[in-house]
Amino acid sequence: MALARAHVLVCTGTGCTASGARDILAKFGEEIKAKGLDKEISVVETGCQGFCEGGPLVIIYPEGTFYTHVKVEDVAEIVEEHLLKGRVVGRLLFKEPMTAEKVPNYSDIGFYKKQHRLVLKNCGHINPDSLEEYIGAEGYEALAKVLLTMTPEQVVEEMKKTGLRGRGGGGFPTGMKWMFCAKSPGPKKYIICNADEGDPGAFMDRSLLEGDPHAILEGMAIGAYAIGSDEGYIYCRAEYPLAIKRLKQAISQAEEAGLLGQNILGTGFNFSLHIKEGAGAFVCGEETALMASIEGRRGMPRPRPPFPAVKGLWDKPSNINNVETFANVPYIFRVGAEEYAKLGTEKSKGTKVFALTGKINNTGLAEVPMGITMREIIFDIGGGIIGGKKFKGVQIGGPSGGCMPEQLLDTPIDYDSLIAAGAMMGSGGLVVMDEDTCMVDLAKFFLTFTQSESCGKCTPCREGTKRMLEILTAITEGRGQEGDVEKLERLAKSIKAGALCALGQTAPNPILSTLRYFRDEYDAHIRDKKCPAGACTALIGYKITADCKGCGLCKKVCPVDAISGEMKGQHTIDPNKCIKCGACMSKCPFKAIVRG
Amino acid sequence: MNKITSLEDLRKIKAASQEKTEARKNNDTQIIIGMGTCGIAAGARAVMTAVLEELAKRNLTNVAVLQTGCIGMCQKEPLLDVVRPGEDRVTYGPVKPSDVPRIIADHLVNGVVVEDLVVAKIPNKE
Repeated sequence: MALARAHVLVCTGTGCTASGARDILAKFGEEIKAKGLDKEISVVETGCQGFCEGGPLVIIYPEGTFYTHVKVEDVAEIVEEHLLKGRVVGRLLFKEPMTAEKVPNYSDIGFYKKQHRLVLKNCGHINPDSLEEYIGAEGYEALAKVLLTMTPEQVVEEMKKTGLRGRGGGGFPTGMKWMFCAKSPGPKKYIICNADEGDPGAFMDRSLLEGDPHAILEGMAIGAYAIGSDEGYIYCRAEYPLAIKRLKQAISQAEEAGLLGQNILGTGFNFSLHIKEGAGAFVCGEETALMASIEGRRGMPRPRPPFPAVKGLWDKPSNINNVETFANVPYIFRVGAEEYAKLGTEKSKGTKVFALTGKINNTGLAEVPMGITMREIIFDIGGGIIGGKKFKGVQIGGPSGGCMPEQLLDTPIDYDSLIAAGAMMGSGGLVVMDEDTCMVDLAKFFLTFTQSESCGKCTPCREGTKRMLEILTAITEGRGQEGDVEKLERLAKSIKAGALCALGQTAPNPILSTLRYFRDEYDAHIRDKKCPAGACTALIGYKITADCKGCGLCKKVCPVDAISGEMKGQHTIDPNKCIKCGACMSKCPFKAIVRG
Repeated sequence: MNKITSLEDLRKIKAASQEKTEARKNNDTQIIIGMGTCGIAAGARAVMTAVLEELAKRNLTNVAVLQTGCIGMCQKEPLLDVVRPGEDRVTYGPVKPSDVPRIIADHLVNGVVVEDLVVAKIPNKE
């Protein structure tokens, strides 16, 4: 085949696959063949391009045209119009949510313009199943440089100079972690990649594994060289079948090419990698529980110290880093520590990938330099709130993190400023909430999650989260009492102090931060038995005012026949039958139905 | 893939792979072919094929081959434009597949405009 004049890049990340990218990929193949273009156009399957809201995504080069929400039925038109005749299919272009302007080119879209993609650079641009394409994108250069020109001590020193902090949550300096493990005595050491991403709303690790698996392998191999390990594990949850498939493929390709295995690049360095599939327990993201799970035991944390660097997997010194941390490593060693440390803030270097979800226009992955404000992420990259509603808060760091209200939107984001605000970086999941979200209900949602994921080993977490959840449930159902808030605060303090692992210690965070910034909502639930956001169904009711013209629309739409009234006469709602779905209110053309 | 045992091996694979994905970069050197209905009827497909063959033969990877719709000069189709960075954009027509090697060799590679086929020159704005 001569060189292809055009490349059709179809995103086959999990998001786009769920909305039909596989069929689109196949259809492109068929249509291009039918038009006799298969010798001059190549169809490439890529990992996640990050703009999941617009999926399924198709990018066509050399023009760089960006098509969103592509359906199988659209493929024939794209092939006929764009690939054969060179005319862009206007109706499939991306429209900016704020201005409704059509943007043909990938690089001009607001969502991508403000991003700084180092870690995600390859995601969506190379074929994750092709080792050649990864090498073409400067892949394995860092590993070669490290193995051929640096000693393990120099690698650790270089890592310390970057100031990179662990991207999995706690933000511990990666260079220090590597140093502790490198200095730990013993002939056998392990390096582990924590790919047990479990926060609701976080999907950056999955996208990295799916879109650029070789980068993780390269980062792990460099880490292994630095700490003196020859064997590694990737602990990935079985709920990520595509990530596991691509990882397995990448490992076997790298082994075949001699980039993993014995005597890598003729330097005498040996490194082999295994994948361990986890069953998807949240607690297995905690490092000691994760290692127990690899060993075949129940995934439960144990007290630290001893830290894994001293006594880890099978009691051997082990180093464990998150997927995104490893994904930073090849870039760092390609450009050098000094260049890397130019990005970010004083104490938080580099970039961070955030997963944008919730009531936001542009759901997807955003990689930004540390120190950017939350306002830029949510409004410039995220495109603002769905339906032009009012921003209320953003939950950052999942169930272990906290929420940030509007007055903190302009705080520069780094590890320390988030802790000061009562949240934490966590893995970087951002769940955006609008005026219709009840903050008590939100705290209840996250506590339900931590409660059901609690492993049950220590009492503060097992019993404490259960009691907190009971109190929250009572409040949202109108059974809240004076003193409940104080009880919650006391329980939160005890759990924070007493729980065995970080998951328990951080479980009260959603309650504490909502109490800190939205105390009035708790009071309204408890004292006035009202939910200001109108989300807690037990506390709201619907009434038809005298503005009713008797059109009967509400009666028709009510699913439980709770509305009665004659045509052209006043209608009424039977509160005993009403299930508070709100369907009547949104249907009424005269705004005669009110909450209250 | 063969075993990679040295930095040279790695660099060779990198260079080969980058050639294959050259189309995904922004290339300033472009060949643009008129692919409106008029262009296709006048044989633009054959011209396109000839362009791709010639580029492959000469191993020119850093050229973007683009299409465009009808620009209103249908009697001169098939139209073919050559863009070299920093120079005027030159429109040729009517182009036969047999003209393509000459245009690529003289103009695209060596920078000498094939005057007898020129329809128009669009001055470079920079």
